[in-house]
Amino acid sequence: MSLIEVKNLSKSYGPIQAVRDVSFSVDRGEVVGFLGPNGAGKSTTMKMIAGHVRADTGTAAIAGFNVADQSVAAKHHLGYSPEGAPAYGEMTVREFLRFAADLRGLADPAESVRQTLSLCRLEEVAAQTVDTLSKGYRMRVGFAQAVIHDPEVLILDEPTDGLDPNQKFEVRRILKEMAARKAVIISTHILEEIGELCTRVIVIAKGEVRCDESRDKFLARGPDLNAVFRKLTA
Amino acid sequence: MSPAPSSPSRFAPFIAILRREFAGYFRTPLAYVFLAVFNAFAVSLAFFVGGLFESGVASLDRFFLYHPWLWAFLAPAAGARLWAEERRQGTIELLLTWPVTVWQAALGKFLAAWLFLACALLMTIPVAFTVGYLGNDGSNWNIITGPDWGVIVGGYAGSLLCAGACLGIASIASALTRNQVIAFVTGFLACFILVLVGYGVFDELLAGILGSGGVDEIRRLGLWRNLEPFTLGLVDARPIAYFLSVAFAGLGLSTIIVERR
Repeated sequence: MSLIEVKNLSKSYGPIQAVRDVSFSVDRGEVVGFLGPNGAGKSTTMKMIAGHVRADTGTAAIAGFNVADQSVAAKHHLGYSPEGAPAYGEMTVREFLRFAADLRGLADPAESVRQTLSLCRLEEVAAQTVDTLSKGYRMRVGFAQAVIHDPEVLILDEPTDGLDPNQKFEVRRILKEMAARKAVIISTHILEEIGELCTRVIVIAKGEVRCDESRDKFLARGPDLNAVFRKLTA
Repeated sequence: MSPAPSSPSRFAPFIAILRREFAGYFRTPLAYVFLAVFNAFAVSLAFFVGGLFESGVASLDRFFLYHPWLWAFLAPAAGARLWAEERRQGTIELLLTWPVTVWQAALGKFLAAWLFLACALLMTIPVAFTVGYLGNDGSNWNIITGPDWGVIVGGYAGSLLCAGACLGIASIASALTRNQVIAFVTGFLACFILVLVGYGVFDELLAGILGSGGVDEIRRLGLWRNLEPFTLGLVDARPIAYFLSVAFAGLGLSTIIVERR
């Protein structure tokens, strides 16, 4: 059984078909790079898998649990960081992570918070409110809440967006450390990330899957990844 | 790192949300402003407008008389943030992708806000003791022979239920928008109409449109009409059912709105 199973997902917003008949599955140990131009349907697909947006047709399952019918069970196995890494700005980083741990009913929430602060290198800002953090730290806080329960499935919507090279390196390092034990989907605009981080690539454009193949096969399409991307999404 | 528990408590998300939301009121100075405003108005209206002291009666009915007005204004102020703030910050996407049902989240938020309003109400208890003190002859003061404490407790219970009804309406307004100001104004207007129902001028206006029979029915929906029996020491199931129905209908509708959007 794949940890993520997506079958024939479709979603329309009024006359606009955001996602049409998208299907794929992701196994443990796979890191899928979700590529596509702005408005291609990447975020909508991720939101449907995460259970935030209801699909018009089709199903999504996490660790065998259907996100529509068994949403709470599915979400126990999911770590999701939405685009922009929203967080409660008036809470300190520690309070925010403690809230996430309590809400998830973790056995030892204090220890989970301590370990997550350490893993994401957030100790020095733990007592600061989220509102006062730089973008890099905010993204890391968003990432931290997604991994605090050590989920089997990670879905990260542009986790390195707006980060400086050092911060990107940090996020990729953490992801690499945990990727072997999880099924991961990362949406990104940064094509270089494919080679460094992903084991597989799904390109989506105008709501449709245009390409779903291994990283090596994707990289073999040509030396200029930007040209490959433009061609696939045209 | 602790793995996800195999059978986490069903109440863990609800309790976590209740605690976060309640503490959230005190993270900004707004809560203290709110408590001060509520107490200042509750006491001022009772003594200076209602003539509590001049009435010479050891009763709090003139104190509770203005509570529907206060709740109509302050419950939407406290409830505006319930969902609107989640939408503005984008955290609603986070909250709804955590292992919590919308019902659990909505109930946790609602009860936290109600608890906060209860704190505001409890801070007016010195008024009750003042009336208790003034209701005795001074030489022989004790709380047993003073005013009817059962009536006073009933009045407080009624006022708290009235606050819950206004909060139910406020939570619908908050679920409909990401702007707290719009949520407050909409909630206030809806509560304000329920306050007006039962007041002479407004009733006359309605009687002209609906006839006297129709006005009687509508008058039953007024906040004061339902709060008044509590302040007179009457325990009646109808006003209790009315306040709870409005509160939980508001909670239910706001939940459905959040689920659908």
